Amino acid sequence: MRRPLSNAALLVSAALFSGSSAALLRSQAAPSQQPAAPASFPAQTQPASRTGLAIVVLDPAHGGTDPGARGSGGMRESDIVLDLATQVRHGLESQGFQVLQTRSSNENPSFDDRSALANAQTGAIFISLHISSTGLPGTVRVYTMPDMPPTAPGGLIPWDQAQAAYLTLSRKLGDAIQGELAQRFKGSPLNVQSASIRQLRTTAAPAIAVEISSVTMPDKADLDRLLPNVADSIVRGVVAFRPSYVTPSVPGVAPGVAQGAKP
Amino acid sequence: MSAKWRTRIIVGLVLAVLAAAIYFPILRRRVKLQALVQQKSEEQARRELVQSLNLSTNEPKVKAKLFWASDSDDAELAPNTVELPLSNDPALRAKQVLNTLLAGPVDAELRTLPADAVLLAFYILPDGTAVADFSEAMATSIPSGVQSEQLAIDSITKTLEANVPQVRRLKILIHGQEVETLAGHLDLTGTFPVSVKLTPAGAPATTQALPSPATSTPSAQPATSSPPQAAPPKK
Repeated sequence: MRRPLSNAALLVSAALFSGSSAALLRSQAAPSQQPAAPASFPAQTQPASRTGLAIVVLDPAHGGTDPGARGSGGMRESDIVLDLATQVRHGLESQGFQVLQTRSSNENPSFDDRSALANAQTGAIFISLHISSTGLPGTVRVYTMPDMPPTAPGGLIPWDQAQAAYLTLSRKLGDAIQGELAQRFKGSPLNVQSASIRQLRTTAAPAIAVEISSVTMPDKADLDRLLPNVADSIVRGVVAFRPSYVTPSVPGVAPGVAQGAKP
Repeated sequence: MSAKWRTRIIVGLVLAVLAAAIYFPILRRRVKLQALVQQKSEEQARRELVQSLNLSTNEPKVKAKLFWASDSDDAELAPNTVELPLSNDPALRAKQVLNTLLAGPVDAELRTLPADAVLLAFYILPDGTAVADFSEAMATSIPSGVQSEQLAIDSITKTLEANVPQVRRLKILIHGQEVETLAGHLDLTGTFPVSVKLTPAGAPATTQALPSPATSTPSAQPATSSPPQAAPPKK
């Protein structure tokens, strides 16, 4: 489940994008240099619009050999979040969004692969789905990354700080969804929370994590009953956020500069 | 004949049960002893070293502020004042408060860290970055989840902030290794801010006060906010 960080792995995955030996990610400010998705993902279709929010990347957490949080009666976080993802997907597709999933079966892509799917899109947001093993049952929390140091200008942004330029948008998205959730799930916070979540850090798009409490519920049916309402809240939040989405550009970057940085 | 054999078999079985009843506790004790001997690994040795360090202190007792879960809301932390003989040496002092934090509050329900986790090493670099090395149990025994992992990290950083002002940020290692996450969620590849107050606007904790792109929408960020930071390598 937990593996030692391999700098080499990070470098390799970053190199997929930047084509350079440094751990840099090409900024999306230059759409003409849209990097190819890694081979592990099927080729994705282009978004309908290059400026608006068109794509939602759903990230059902864990999977494969990692079941995530485990509850009574063999309840596994990795299964439940996959159910939740399917429900969110249907809701978003009926609103005209294109939905991609970091996994759609019982497998466990790496954190970098999860981020990479969102980073390879233009006009995308990233939503990671979790069930906790603690907390007040029946509440839902939305998280974004805490404050991150700003990245230096120059068209390339470091892979491990990819989220820095998107924090404001992430929080706006998080507040929109947390607001919807707080209305339906009493005891949930009113505003988005901060937590340094691994796959959010490396995502170059507005990115949040949604965590439902919890697998400690005695009956899986109780948890299953929450899912449609959680899914609906997420969809409403995304729809409410859509007008505030702007295609972000990294500070001080002109496309020509990015071109010049090409190794 | 058959009755005779039956008696013999019954007597034999009773003897076997008796023998097992006597032998089993001895065997169990021996297995436990064996396990103890095997556990006396490098980790155990370091743990003893750390504990003896703690005991050898002759400092006067001071009021330390430790953060465990709040009994009104288990998603929040609450400060607890504990009288401890704290050292004046920052690294030693940090070890003492973290070991007390690990030992846990009176009410075990309010623990934030696994009971079997051990602080293996703690040191402070000249720039104020502290490195805390915890045993494997820190990662394997903690309830997996964003909320529980965040609470664990917050209890550590807030306790350090309250008692060891020299620590500015914290790097967490698990058994001497840098790991990707604590238990599947919280990122341990970076450092956590400790005593550097973050402004709501998002001033960075690890660098000088630079204008943050988070203060405005990234698209509206003017080109003038070029931080005096080294440009990324171009190769």
